[in-house]
Amino acid sequence: MPYGFGIAKGMLVTLRNLARKPVTVQYPEQRVEQHPRFRGEDFVWYEERCTGCASCAKYCPQGIIKIVTTPSGEQTQEGEKYKLETFDIEIARCMFCGLCVEACPYDALHMGTGFERARPRQSDLVITIEELKASAKRPSTWFRPQLQNKKYDPATGEEVSWQDVGRESTVAPTYDEMRKRWVDGR
Amino acid sequence: MESNTLFSNLNEIYLGLLPESLSWAAFLGTGFTIILILVNALLMLTAFGTYMERRVLGRFQTRLGPNRVGPFGLLQPLADLLKLIIKEDLRPVTADRLTFFLAPVLMVTSMLVVVAVVPFGNGSFLADLNIGVLYLVGIPTIATVSIFLGGWGSGNRFALLGAARAVAMLISYEVPMIVSLAGVLILAGSMSLVEVVEAQRLPFILLQPLAFFVFIVSASAEMNRSPFDLMEAESELTAGFHTEFSGMRFGLVQLAEFGEVVITSAILSTLFLRGWENPFIPSDWQQVLPAQIWFIGKVLFFMFIFTWIRATLPRMRIDQVMAFAWKVLFPLALINMFVTAALVVVWPDPNPTYTQLWVMVGVNWTVAIGCLACFTRGLERHGKKPTASVQLVQMPAEVS
Repeated sequence: MPYGFGIAKGMLVTLRNLARKPVTVQYPEQRVEQHPRFRGEDFVWYEERCTGCASCAKYCPQGIIKIVTTPSGEQTQEGEKYKLETFDIEIARCMFCGLCVEACPYDALHMGTGFERARPRQSDLVITIEELKASAKRPSTWFRPQLQNKKYDPATGEEVSWQDVGRESTVAPTYDEMRKRWVDGR
Repeated sequence: MESNTLFSNLNEIYLGLLPESLSWAAFLGTGFTIILILVNALLMLTAFGTYMERRVLGRFQTRLGPNRVGPFGLLQPLADLLKLIIKEDLRPVTADRLTFFLAPVLMVTSMLVVVAVVPFGNGSFLADLNIGVLYLVGIPTIATVSIFLGGWGSGNRFALLGAARAVAMLISYEVPMIVSLAGVLILAGSMSLVEVVEAQRLPFILLQPLAFFVFIVSASAEMNRSPFDLMEAESELTAGFHTEFSGMRFGLVQLAEFGEVVITSAILSTLFLRGWENPFIPSDWQQVLPAQIWFIGKVLFFMFIFTWIRATLPRMRIDQVMAFAWKVLFPLALINMFVTAALVVVWPDPNPTYTQLWVMVGVNWTVAIGCLACFTRGLERHGKKPTASVQLVQMPAEVS
């Protein structure tokens, strides 16, 4: 190509962009479609499933979950459970790794889907137990593949009750299944 | 004054209102009324030019641009103005008080004053100077001085560097710009802008393609716009000469910059696109649209072209910019001037026939394309060599 024609070529490229539809999403009115596995900054917590074992607090790499419990006589699915006095998540220092959700043995804690929790002060960025109790029970399907297999979308779907959010399957795969997946499948 | 129908009509109205002894007041009133209309029209066009530029630039980048304030974001210029007025007016302690105050005012003044000679309709203009084109190229030179005043008065090294670049570049680009206008003036046979428009039986963009090219390039350098905006190169100089200006002072600098775009578009459409006349049909045919609509339309067209250039081309290096002015644009403008002069010597007829005009168009386009081809070939060969030689010097071994 002769020298100087690059300018004409570039002008044509920008002109072609002029005819394209703008990609802007007008945020407060329109929203980008979120993936159902999006790890949001609010947590979905099921009081019925939680025993107050504080595994989430132990596994949190940032140490931002604070749990205070007292003994209680209530029965749950299996065994005794503690009564929770405090469940504070200091969301300002959270890095959304989701280890607390992975660690929870009773699947009581789930990631949420929110992203609009900006506050003027850092001290306002604490999720308290009242907030966790009151929040809408629409868990993100992250680490919950069974919810995603049911085509559940937290952005549009109904609230999920505590009976329906258990682990995917506790039955170990059989030898044939393992072989089919890892040997024949490759 | 007899051709200035706008002025004489307004003057008659004022004379009817005022007693006989106050005819001088009627004259002054007429002048001030036209100035008021012109300046306000220019400022409104500038304000909505910024809006248009931001929207069009947004669409070039597949964004939307400002669309929040008012319907379609049309009140965005007002919001910007309000913000600039409310902001604190800072003056650095190292600044020179007088020049720092004077620079933005001078910039805006030199921009506004130019509009006096631009005819925007048949017989509607403020003044028909017989040296109008000289006025056009002379007055904006004050802007160069005011840019240096601003850069020097800021007491900031970035501002001073930007101003030094600006002065070097603006003065260099004035030369090809003026020489390219010489061809237009030879064809028109007059320096008055009204007569230049009336002399364009064919638009001069057809008769003077080389001059148009040189003029549009050096004009976009003159108004500090991309790809020649290296005096305010953000990546190197913060903001160039207006680093220290804030509040309404900065607003004035911006106003001068965008107003310059409107003015340059107006000059371009006057000199090369038949000013207020319909560029497609002869002027003695039946006109459908009024002259002012054609003029505004051409101005908006050239503003769009400048926005398009800004959206596309990256910033040039300072040595490339200077070399381009002196080694490419200046010879091209000279060639154009000599070719036009030769054509006028061959046909000294002041009113050439259309056949002669089309032959001139053919000759000029051949010359323009030939010259551009030769110069791009030369640039290509030049571009393969390094422009500045860097020698690696072997450092003496460190003595331990």
